[in-house]
Amino acid sequence: MSTLRGILLLTLLLAQPAFAQTPDPARVEAVVAASFASAPEAWKARVSQDRMQQICSLTRNQPDAAQAAEIASTAKASVVMPPDAALKGDWRSGEKIAQNGQGGQFSDGPNTISGGNCYACHQMALSEISYGTLGPSLSGYGKLRNFTTEAIRAAYTKVFNPHVTLACSSMPRFGLNKVLSGQQISDVVAYLFDPASPVNAEFK
Amino acid sequence: MSKLLRIFVLCLLFPAASLRAQPAPELDLDKELDRYRAMINDPMANPGYLAVDRGELLWSLSRGSKNVSLETCDLGAGSGVLDGVAAGLPRYFADTDQVMDLEQRLLHCMRGLQGLDTKDVVARRFGSPGKTSDMEDLVAFISNKSLGMKYQASLSHPKERDMALIGEAMFYRRSAINDFSCATCHGDDGRRIRLQSLPDLSKPGDTAREVIGTWPAYRVSQSQTRTMQHRLWDCFRQMRMPAPDYASEGLTALTMYLAKLGDGATMNVPSIKR
Ligand code: HEC
Ligand code: HEC
Repeated sequence: MSTLRGILLLTLLLAQPAFAQTPDPARVEAVVAASFASAPEAWKARVSQDRMQQICSLTRNQPDAAQAAEIASTAKASVVMPPDAALKGDWRSGEKIAQNGQGGQFSDGPNTISGGNCYACHQMALSEISYGTLGPSLSGYGKLRNFTTEAIRAAYTKVFNPHVTLACSSMPRFGLNKVLSGQQISDVVAYLFDPASPVNAEFK
Repeated sequence: MSKLLRIFVLCLLFPAASLRAQPAPELDLDKELDRYRAMINDPMANPGYLAVDRGELLWSLSRGSKNVSLETCDLGAGSGVLDGVAAGLPRYFADTDQVMDLEQRLLHCMRGLQGLDTKDVVARRFGSPGKTSDMEDLVAFISNKSLGMKYQASLSHPKERDMALIGEAMFYRRSAINDFSCATCHGDDGRRIRLQSLPDLSKPGDTAREVIGTWPAYRVSQSQTRTMQHRLWDCFRQMRMPAPDYASEGLTALTMYLAKLGDGATMNVPSIKR
């Protein structure tokens, strides 16, 4: 009897913190929706979540194996790959895209062209000292991978939808969300893979 | 020192504060910031005190259909009590059965107590060159009445704890076209976006305390005294989210979550920030 009570108590104690720490997701969504009630109609879609966002939010980017597999396979199906010949664009244009942090903000004008803002999170050309550290360094990226077509395809995929290879990656899905066009992605890929690009040329 | 003289001296020191925003080069700002830090507690040198002074006048100004001042507004410690209230907000208010931050509560008093149509006040919620904000001024004045005090997160009521948990869930909630959550930028120690250091707001401790104890702040880059409402609005902008509604429940929830992490902070307000 006392063991049973002990077990019961223990179960309660163990269960309670978990219960108290997790508010009802529906309640959270209601608070969020109410807090953006005056958003313009065209912006409302940004307030609600798709499946990846839901899972990665609730698991704090630690999906279980089944969730990770689901996210990765949905992501894989989303990628629109150009033919190999068009994978690599113009690295000079790619550099501008990597530098450009504009676009998509409510403070931007309607005709603002979105950049990739890669430097917000990644080190790239060594001469650019204003880089963030939310992602790994990409200096010498192509050179370190022997400029292989396989690596170029993987990089294109990563920028289009990073969840193909890492479910709940914190990198944006530039291609899926149409933040960057296919041509723009090819251009940043060239920035990473062209031997003449400072990303590789400056890297010894 | 007379208030007018103080304002005059400040205008000489910080022409941008009174006239127009002057975006200074980032690196100059960094150097200047150290100098500004030394001035935080000096009413003669911190331009945030201009807002404090304006807020003091607004607090005792009679207006609204009832033509009364805010002086009997209950901010949590009883009618008209100002000392220390900012060091315990947001908190639960029984009369509205709601957890409110300072701005929500002020709007509540303006509407109920003063009978003020707050449309104009809300339209001017964020000051800009040549346009002051009653809300920023009032928050600066009231928060300054907690200067040097210890911040104590108000978490004894179940609705307060609930609010902190909702805020925590929102902190990890990814959305919009970049899939960002607050945690994307504030989830780790020592991260940077470009050259900008990002405070880790995923755990309690000195970083969170430093944040919770320093709002409202005079933002040098904007030449305005800003409140937490504005800071969160600006972060939602970077997240490519729509602008959050002013004084909405979600902002209070996030603030309550941050308050929980920053419990025990020393109130150093209005501070000076980049
Ligand atoms: C908000 C931060 C963020 C932004 C912006 C961002 N990335 Fe990333 N990126 C990451 C993170 C985090 C990782 C590591 C996790 C992963 O592989 O998904 C990563 C990984 C990568 C990788 C794979 C690195 C490897 O290990 O092989 C490439 C390539 C890459 N990013 C390119 C880019 C490019 C190009 C852009 C701009 C168009 C960009 N990233 C923008 C955060 C970001
Ligand atoms: C894309 C990046 C990004 C995201 C996402 C983001 N922030 Fe920020 N946040 C910043 C930057 C940059 C600063 C300014 C840091 C500075 O000036 O030192 C900042 C500053 C802050 C501060 C003030 C820190 C201080 O110095 O007192 C708070 C509080 C804050 N963020 C909370 C949030 C919350 C809550 C969210 C989510 C709703 C969020 N942030 C999302 C980039 C971001």
